[in-house]
Amino acid sequence: MTLPVSGDNVSLHETNPTGVLFSTCLAKITMSIFFAKRLLTLIVTLIGASMVIFVVMEILPGDPALVILGINATDEMVALLTTELGLDRSAPVRYWDWISGLLVGEMGMSYAYKVPVWELVEGALWITVPLAIISITFSITLALVVGLYAAANHNKPADIGLMGFSQLGISIPNFWLAVLLIMFFAIELRWFPAGGFPGWDEGIFKSFKALLLPAIALATVVGAILARITRSAVLEVYREDYVRTARAKGLSQRATLWLHVLRNALIPVLTVTGIQFAGLLAGTVVVENVFHIPGLGSLVLKAINNRDTIVVENVVLLLAAMVITVNFIVDMLYAVIDPRLKAQDI
Amino acid sequence: MNSSTSLSFLARCRRSRSFMVGGVMTGFLLVCAAVSLFWTPGSAYDISIANRFLPPSSTHWLGTDQFGRDIVSMLMTGTQNSIAVAVVAVSIGLAVGVSLGLLAAARRGWTEELIMRFSDFSFAFPAILSAIMITAILGPGGVNSILAIGLYNIPVFARLVRGTANAIWTREFVMAARASGKDRFRITFEHIMPNILSIIIVQATILFAIAILAEAALSYLGLGTQPPHPSWGRMLNEAQALMFLDPWQAIYPGIAIATAVFGLNLLGDGLRDVLDPRLSRKR
Amino acid sequence: MPLLNVTGLSVTLSTADGAARAVRDMNFSLEKGETLGIVGESGCGKSITALALMGLLPERSETTGKIEFNGENLLQKPETEMCALRGNRMAMIFQEPMTSLNPVHTIGRQVMEPLRLHKNMTRAEAKAEAVRLLDRVGIPNPQERLGNYPHQLSGGQRQRVMIAMALSCSPDILIADEPTTALDVTIQDQILELIQSLVREEDMALILISHDLGVISENTDRIMVMYGGAAVETGPTETFFEALSHPYSQGLFAAMPKLGMGRTSRLMTIPGVVPDLINLPSGCTFTDRCPLATAECRNSAPPLRQLTAGHNVACYHLDKARTMKAEGLFA
Ligand SMILES: Nc1ncnc2c1ncn2[C@@H]1O[C@H](COP(=O)(O)OP(=O)(O)O)[C@@H](O)[C@H]1O
Ligand SMILES: [Mg+2]
Repeated sequence: MTLPVSGDNVSLHETNPTGVLFSTCLAKITMSIFFAKRLLTLIVTLIGASMVIFVVMEILPGDPALVILGINATDEMVALLTTELGLDRSAPVRYWDWISGLLVGEMGMSYAYKVPVWELVEGALWITVPLAIISITFSITLALVVGLYAAANHNKPADIGLMGFSQLGISIPNFWLAVLLIMFFAIELRWFPAGGFPGWDEGIFKSFKALLLPAIALATVVGAILARITRSAVLEVYREDYVRTARAKGLSQRATLWLHVLRNALIPVLTVTGIQFAGLLAGTVVVENVFHIPGLGSLVLKAINNRDTIVVENVVLLLAAMVITVNFIVDMLYAVIDPRLKAQDI
Repeated sequence: MNSSTSLSFLARCRRSRSFMVGGVMTGFLLVCAAVSLFWTPGSAYDISIANRFLPPSSTHWLGTDQFGRDIVSMLMTGTQNSIAVAVVAVSIGLAVGVSLGLLAAARRGWTEELIMRFSDFSFAFPAILSAIMITAILGPGGVNSILAIGLYNIPVFARLVRGTANAIWTREFVMAARASGKDRFRITFEHIMPNILSIIIVQATILFAIAILAEAALSYLGLGTQPPHPSWGRMLNEAQALMFLDPWQAIYPGIAIATAVFGLNLLGDGLRDVLDPRLSRKR
Repeated sequence: MPLLNVTGLSVTLSTADGAARAVRDMNFSLEKGETLGIVGESGCGKSITALALMGLLPERSETTGKIEFNGENLLQKPETEMCALRGNRMAMIFQEPMTSLNPVHTIGRQVMEPLRLHKNMTRAEAKAEAVRLLDRVGIPNPQERLGNYPHQLSGGQRQRVMIAMALSCSPDILIADEPTTALDVTIQDQILELIQSLVREEDMALILISHDLGVISENTDRIMVMYGGAAVETGPTETFFEALSHPYSQGLFAAMPKLGMGRTSRLMTIPGVVPDLINLPSGCTFTDRCPLATAECRNSAPPLRQLTAGHNVACYHLDKARTMKAEGLFA
């Protein structure tokens, strides 16, 4: 992303001595407006996503009761289920019911298990969210270490080798990597369980151990992508005039990297992290199934096989909401890193 | 300006190592897929319990699986399947996404706003999520997975095209065309399209790789290509149950997927250098 | 002993197309408090010369010769010692104020940085000093400005901040590489005047680089004209224009708008393009554009020869060039 650097938008201060007081005030207002705008975007996007899901899952297929029961269902069975699910009411009413229920943690009853959907989802969330957090932490750490090292050794064998590896890392499907990790670390070396999840009550260490291989499988791909971005962002920033200024001040190569290059280079890295998080979360759906970990991914796949649409719909919304929230956080971090954005966004 | 700008197209192709290697790898895949249409070394479908778990030999180059099917033949037919899914899915994204992007750039105003907000929502749904929704309603299957991946591609193209096209709409030659009274439709075809073509081709190559990955993931989950039709993802799924018995079966399909994706990614990088040296981020 | 003594300085940059000889055999020296102007067309190697002095050339480059600063050869100094000199004993101002400040740090932090680094000041001391410096370079309300980001300042103000930063440690020598080229004409004079007064105040040596002979003639003690990576004419500013001889310098002078020049009179231009630094001709680099060029010029490069006291020119056809004047040369 390139940001136009413009000096004339604030040039009113130049002749106006009171302009400085005005500008501090303005900065605070700017920040609040920036935050409010992003929050509004978050909410609108969430509502939009929920509508897309509702339309796709409940209106497009025609008769949801028929979908749930399958084509062999008798008319009476369909009619019964239709009333039971409250599907005889109009779509806007049903949408409102869904959303207002969600706000108080009410997701309806699973058709397949006859338990509240929230009960199923809650347990799964406690696995998928930590898994996603561990994976993204691994990815970013890997990316920064590899990216910075490669950039520091630009065009040297280390750089070329690491970038070759990262190209490979991008190409390996995460579920295949998961299978390879199981074969090597679980079956061959027996260091890790081949799958399953003991539950957090069994001890943090044990649970963490169960999530480690899945997290590595997920983090490798995203980490490889981010490492490439980090490297090119750092190299790009190195060519900026202000880096030369920093060197002219007497800062060493290393001090320049930490104090002047890194923060600017983080801007594109952050953008791509936001984009990649969606991919990472989609990856958890697959990888959870490879490791038989009872997270949201396993839940949703079972729900599909059981034609339990109400579970599918709520889980998909939850996953989408996570993506949207992470992108909101990314936007907020931008504002922290790059002071130009706030002013520009008004 | 980079001196390679002045090189001829062919010379640039030859100079780009990514393009050459990626091109050869992609070419190999296409040949495998084409050959598998009328010839495979064994049968990818015939179940023969007598021939199960055969080691590699001159008749079965990589051996056979638990149903006695020839693994090389399955991989070749799987190539054909992956490519078919990716071609259709990327085409859906191209046709709809590029049109929407061009429309947004040409009309601006609320049309653009609507299209872009819609892409925003859909960004929360990666290919796997949209596939999960679609298969939850329509049931698992090859066609549905194509649809899901295609839908995911639409906003990616729409955003890219809109952004690039907007930049071109502000250029002098477009201004000149507008001043001479050409309508937006004609300008889009005569001036905008040719100038965004190379970026679209590069993006399509990369999305092609992503489509192959997504198809494999969906088939692995049992939501994509259904048996008995061979697919790489499905092979991997079946092999996972036999990890203790015959680990190699889990290796081959993974290598096939990784090779395809690696080749296409390299080709995409190479095309970037070759088609538009100014885009090249190579240093 | 002069403050700065440069002998036989040559810089070769390695590019994708081959080795570019950006600077060739430069010789000059600078006393304390003296100002030297380097002038020449864009691409003639002015910035590379300046960066060579600072030791900030791109990695893929080779520098030969000697740069003696306070009697020590900078080219043999280890990087850590160079870091201790840069921003401290020698400082530099760049051409692009819009991009030369880090967009994500406040200007206060950026002005304080060299003070904290070289003077070991505490945060509070550095802050007070930064306010004083910003005030000195003509930034109104410096106290409040410390918290501003570069994008909140105009181009002229940013260049003032750059000057404050460069002068923060009272260096012995200041290198100003086209400090006004990117600025509005109205602000150019203010900035040049500011640099002049600060340099005089602190008794600093100054190397002022410009492609504009007018800027150079008003602000320096000595002038050096560069062409194709080498000095072609150098002399004291006071008598420089009387002694002006080299066909290229004459062309450059004729291309300069002068006071009292009618609106209708056309500025002269020198036809042709700058030489290719990768495949330099063996003789004088100006041959292709010079109306006086002979076989001799093509075969061997003319050395710098003394014309009058302190005025040196590198040309074989001095007398002819002097009598013809620019009007005759490039008619
Ligand atoms: N980083 C670089 N790599 C390769 N060539 C360069 C680099 N920087 C400058 N040059 C070349 O060196 C020559 C001198 O450049 P420079 O000193 O910047 O000229 P100027 O007199 O305009 O300041 C030019 O021909 C330029 O193209
Ligand atoms: Mg320059």
